[in-house]
Amino acid sequence: MLGLHHPGHSPLHRSPAGVKLLTLLAVSTVVFFLEDLRILAGGLLLAGSLYAVAGIPWRTAVRQSTAVVPVTLLFMAAQWVLVSWHAAAAIGLRIAVVVLLANLVTLTTPTSDMITAVERALGPLRRFGLRPERVGLAIALTIRFVPVIAEQARLVRQAQRARGVRFSLAFLTPLLVRTLRMADGLGEALDARGWESSAQ
Amino acid sequence: MIELSGVRHRYQDREVLGGIDLRLTERRIGVVGLNGSGKSTFARLLNGLLIPSAGTVTVDGLDTRRDGPKVRRRVGFVFQDPDVQIVMPTVAEDVAFGLRGLPKPEVNAKVKAALAEYGLSGYEDHAAHLLSGGQKQMLAMASITVLNPSTIVFDEPTTLLDLRNRQRIADRIKTMPQDAIVISHDLDLLADFDRVLVIHEGKIVADCLPEAAIEKYVAIAETT
Repeated sequence: MLGLHHPGHSPLHRSPAGVKLLTLLAVSTVVFFLEDLRILAGGLLLAGSLYAVAGIPWRTAVRQSTAVVPVTLLFMAAQWVLVSWHAAAAIGLRIAVVVLLANLVTLTTPTSDMITAVERALGPLRRFGLRPERVGLAIALTIRFVPVIAEQARLVRQAQRARGVRFSLAFLTPLLVRTLRMADGLGEALDARGWESSAQ
Repeated sequence: MIELSGVRHRYQDREVLGGIDLRLTERRIGVVGLNGSGKSTFARLLNGLLIPSAGTVTVDGLDTRRDGPKVRRRVGFVFQDPDVQIVMPTVAEDVAFGLRGLPKPEVNAKVKAALAEYGLSGYEDHAAHLLSGGQKQMLAMASITVLNPSTIVFDEPTTLLDLRNRQRIADRIKTMPQDAIVISHDLDLLADFDRVLVIHEGKIVADCLPEAAIEKYVAIAETT
């Protein structure tokens, strides 16, 4: 769900964010109880065809979904070794269906609409001390800063390579320092942009 | 008007700013100084991002110690690195971030106008992290000016930019309707400002027109 909105006017774009998120939750839950590979494969086809309905270019769909391929393969390998090829295929198809649908929700929904829907859904928890707007902000910041931190990681790796280090876990230390420094700056920026006044 | 009275600021045992009494009323004010001179601390005191260890900073009579949120609505702040200032994933959403609570049509109209003003029309749904450095700084400025502050503090706004983008930002700063207080090493940018302060080792050592202030700053740089 870390992709970005792809503007459009399809029925999926026009559907309310809350409806899409609830549908995603319900479908994901059902998919994880399905065992029949034919039904799961049908689900995959259906999820893929929804991209055509939404007018999302296939390149965008592939680009959005490839990040989870290594982890999915890891899960499948573990299932194959520990259980059976059937279990491996099932887990692969389940993850593929859910990731495709989740990305579709992201691509057809502006982040701000998604955050508003989450905040509205969490509204009743306000009486227990939860601040829904803070949860919404956390979601927005996660989506915003994953590519920024990935870029920082790339720069740190480049700097290490320039000094003759091929690969070292030591790259985590400067990355952590940069990330913490960025977090400090972000806190200041939120203050400067008046976040506290709307959050309190 | 921003007024600093008897302002001192310490980080633990180290005093980084001391004995500052100023009234900032001009439309364009520059602040120069060597690295570590206290410029960024000074900038952060102006809108209450930092509270002085001693003394008071007031904006139109509002004390930054007591009225932080109100002060920050009057005094915007543009950071050196726009990557930490942009908090939403897409361009339009980032400009709209500070407008929460307003009716959606009003938000859309303000966002559209701000993006047009800063040359970002057509980038509404563009991922913020994919903008160029100059566009990110323009977005950071649009996100602040849309809140309509009366003064904007810029902390080294052109440091990370190439010549073309530096010129764009400089032109925006010169023509925008808000008052501007600009912390910068870019002496050309400050050349036609109304007033320039030189900070050295935590003290204001010159407070005059740009030419004399820059002369003083160059002299400090050559002798330190």
